[in-house]
Amino acid sequence: MEKTIAGKTINVNEEGFMTDFGQWTKEVGEELAKENEIELTPRHWEVLTYIQDQVKKEVGLTIRGIGKSGIVDIKEFYALFPKAPLKTATKIAGVPKPASCI
Amino acid sequence: MASHLRKKLRKNEWKITIVDERKEHYYQPGFLFIPFGIYSPQQTVKPIKKFIPKGVELVQESIELVKPEDNKVILANGSHLLYDIMIIATGSDIAPEEVEGMKGAEWQKSVFDFYSYEGSVALAEKLKNWEGGKLVVHITEIPIKCPVAPLEFAFLADAYFKKKNMRHKVEITYVTPLSGPFTKPKCNLALSHLLKDKNINTVNDFAIMEVDNDNKKIVDYGGEEVSFDLLVTVPTNKGNAVWERSGMGDDLNFIPTQKHTLQSKLKENIFVIGDATNLPTSKAGSVAHFQAEILTENILNFIAGKPLAEDFDGHSNCFIETGNGKALLIDFNYDHEPVRGTFPIAGIGPLKLLKENRINHFGKLAFRWVYWNMLLKGIPIPFVPAKMNKAGKIFD
Repeated sequence: MEKTIAGKTINVNEEGFMTDFGQWTKEVGEELAKENEIELTPRHWEVLTYIQDQVKKEVGLTIRGIGKSGIVDIKEFYALFPKAPLKTATKIAGVPKPASCI
Repeated sequence: MASHLRKKLRKNEWKITIVDERKEHYYQPGFLFIPFGIYSPQQTVKPIKKFIPKGVELVQESIELVKPEDNKVILANGSHLLYDIMIIATGSDIAPEEVEGMKGAEWQKSVFDFYSYEGSVALAEKLKNWEGGKLVVHITEIPIKCPVAPLEFAFLADAYFKKKNMRHKVEITYVTPLSGPFTKPKCNLALSHLLKDKNINTVNDFAIMEVDNDNKKIVDYGGEEVSFDLLVTVPTNKGNAVWERSGMGDDLNFIPTQKHTLQSKLKENIFVIGDATNLPTSKAGSVAHFQAEILTENILNFIAGKPLAEDFDGHSNCFIETGNGKALLIDFNYDHEPVRGTFPIAGIGPLKLLKENRINHFGKLAFRWVYWNMLLKGIPIPFVPAKMNKAGKIFD
């Protein structure tokens, strides 16, 4: 389905995750963050950029992996993106959430 | 791979050696059934020697170190092997020590795994006399060898306790680090009723920090807690420690692998198959089977100096037990999530994709025979090609 955000039309799935990373811009990221009640700071951006890099390299994302990345520890990751940090951060970063086979 | 290659490579030109430290070969998908008494432990294990093809040498020794720059494998007994081509098939294993307290005082008392032979056998003993309470089925983190097995475990547990007339005494909770038991929209739509029907609770987005042995609960980094009387967990899965020692693995000891050719990213004469790879597909056995056909071609291409075929599409095909003699079947690859349709023959089946029925269950049970008698001997399964077949499937 399509959605208009930050003056741009983006494709999202049933859960609001972007399906085409090519449509992602920083402005789109900021608006997606606001929808999740997060105001992005430079620390948030460091994490989001790391997540996007990992996805480009096809490296699987896990909370523990992010904790070991040297970018943030797990406690700060939860503070930046409360409740379900990996789900929220991947949504804002415009990349698919970590998934299983089914 | 040895079976495939021994048929293709001349004996006077190529020597094939398998290095395996174990004396037994396990049918690992069978571990799921051991706790419920559906399979006996003996049905999942056979001597490895039985499966070594003629003309292939078996070296039963642990590997201490691999030196890719010297094409050398150093064995634990101090001797070494030199190779022209190495295929890594060291798999993955549980690493409960990665989570604080998991391998603590309650390990194999009220905290169990079913991804190892020992774990499954111990859990079978526990379940025989367990009087009920809170059963928590838990996944530590992804990737794991078979992402659907914990779900199957929860379904089979529901059926098992019903049969023992004690389902009312057992509260089943499924705890996952992912956003839900089903993360693919089509599967979620087709299958989420199963959990509801079977009265299985779910806790999502749970990133475990520790197992609290004293208070019998698991705690996540966000502070959420889940109490248990019996915890059945899938610990972190890691590749073999030899890759850490040799500096060849990623942070979970999986080998960086080219996703379509199965050549390692480390060196051109090293190839990787099955759950030893870091590929973004399932780590299940069916994947290794499909990869074997493509990898055989690519080894022959490599020997002939031809370009490698970029043919591996991430194809996976799995039966999912749902309890009470029924099962589901799923078929997917890198690009397509599990879809509805017929399998393996378009329009005919007889198996149905993404639909629960009895014939799929018999397919799953029959698979143990197929594994011992066909797969290990390198005999292809009729009608099931290595690449995902799009005919007879509904892609919407």
